[in-house]
Amino acid sequence: MMAKTQYYVPVGPIHPALKEPIRVEAEVEGERIVRVDVKRGFAHRGIEYMGMKRNAIQTLYLSERICGICSISHPYAFVIGSEKALGIEAPPRAQYIRPIIAELERIHSHILWLGVVAHEMGFDSLLFWTWKGREKVLDLLELLTGNRINYSVFMIGGVRRDIKESQIKAIKDAIDFYRIFTEEMKNVFLSDPVYKARTRGVAQLSREMALKLNVCGPVARAAGLRMDVRQDNPYDAYADIEVRAIVPQDIVGEARGDAYDITLVRLYEIEQSLDIIEFCIENMPEGRIMAIPNYVVLLSKIKKTKGEAIGMHEAPRGEVVHYFKYDGTRDGPAVWKVVAPSYNNINSWAPLLLGAEVADIPIVVAYIDPCMCCNDRVAVVRDRDGRIMDYSLIHRKAVEKTMRLKRELGVRA
Amino acid sequence: MVNKMMFVLLKQLVKKPATNPFPVKHAPKNVTELIEKVQRGEVKINPPVPVPEGFRGKLVYDPERCIGCQLCIKVCPADAMEWIPELRKIRHYVSRCMFCALCVDICPGKKFPGEKKNVKALRMSEDFLLADYDKYSDSLIEEPPEAKEGGV
Repeated sequence: MMAKTQYYVPVGPIHPALKEPIRVEAEVEGERIVRVDVKRGFAHRGIEYMGMKRNAIQTLYLSERICGICSISHPYAFVIGSEKALGIEAPPRAQYIRPIIAELERIHSHILWLGVVAHEMGFDSLLFWTWKGREKVLDLLELLTGNRINYSVFMIGGVRRDIKESQIKAIKDAIDFYRIFTEEMKNVFLSDPVYKARTRGVAQLSREMALKLNVCGPVARAAGLRMDVRQDNPYDAYADIEVRAIVPQDIVGEARGDAYDITLVRLYEIEQSLDIIEFCIENMPEGRIMAIPNYVVLLSKIKKTKGEAIGMHEAPRGEVVHYFKYDGTRDGPAVWKVVAPSYNNINSWAPLLLGAEVADIPIVVAYIDPCMCCNDRVAVVRDRDGRIMDYSLIHRKAVEKTMRLKRELGVRA
Repeated sequence: MVNKMMFVLLKQLVKKPATNPFPVKHAPKNVTELIEKVQRGEVKINPPVPVPEGFRGKLVYDPERCIGCQLCIKVCPADAMEWIPELRKIRHYVSRCMFCALCVDICPGKKFPGEKKNVKALRMSEDFLLADYDKYSDSLIEEPPEAKEGGV
């Protein structure tokens, strides 16, 4: 009798190794993965539907909650799209303040990723060292906006907080600190033999595969594709800066598209962000920071507007696309559709895990910096016979269950 | 093998910890005992990291200045404001608040006789230690004193 050689290893949706819910089902033969299936859709929150029931200002701050950590990327795409649909333009000073906030966020997001990858490799002292360096940018964001995360600083047609002279000094200090810190991180990550052995050739995505799987952001750039929203569709101050996508073939001569290359891309992007912030604070024009300072006037203008637009922003993880339609009957979007970068990037898991070793799973999973809560746009509920249940039925059942629970537990209203 | 990473990490051994040990350096065995000791003045609490200027903490509501325009209710993304029709004032639930300060921006405020400019009824304080077991506790609800007394 033959012994069983293939084993079924399900991971998730709730698992100690995962921070967010997703399910990976793998068949392993010894250490090698021979069949893999990725199932998503455990974190659907119906945020787009909620946004279509509220006014545009409320929806803007709701969009900040789509992603737990890119808390400026979604509002950025939202304000760019809304301004296009409304036909207004942010004042020049606001157009320079927005990239500063967005680039500071990119710095903290990339440092976070470097720490996470070190943690997934089992190198926790490196995790704490990188995150110690990340604190400084969070403190700076708190100084500029009033909040550590979820800054609530953008507004349709401008920004809500100006950058003062004293704050510019703090930004310059932080830039000096990060120039040295990034140099140290480059030494630590890129020239370390252990890190190199653990990431070289792991999660390798060829240029053709990257195009076929439709990946975006640093994952695509590591595979050698020159794509960056800030370069291809410049908006705000990025049009003056002429951002160029960071690709490994410009730095080391060839793009291999593995986890080592993506570390390289992210580290050099931190330096690029520092350059962008430096340019912005040096060339920041004077003037107003809001096109329409009165929110009531803004809301009534939105109510009268008919139009649709697409807003895009290069988030730390890739491109964020928001689609809007204002129909002229209510003061919020009639249609709001969000496309988040992790949706494209998770496509790369199944082909990369196939043939890999079990020990490589954490790196393959972590190297795209996945954000499950950004992903899920639609949830379909089926009953026992496999029929799709319609919305009104689910709603009625939910109300019934809430009432029953309230009665049973004696919760006050 | 000696490399750069080892050097960087070994250097951390001689540095002071980056974390602020708030409220005390080590987790206490008994929290109630610690609170009693602090009240008697035996143990000193390590202060939290100071907040920067313009920090968005707990919202403070001054009902005297409120004109009842309901604009804050209109813009609040989190539905943290409740309208009290009997008093024509608002009630604010801090446990629902998301600290965006839109209500502070939009509040028109009121001018008392002798004042030159309007003063807003809402402002952000620097208070951020808001943990509580009950989300409806008195410290987490901002409302006019009449509402509290009258039970409106």
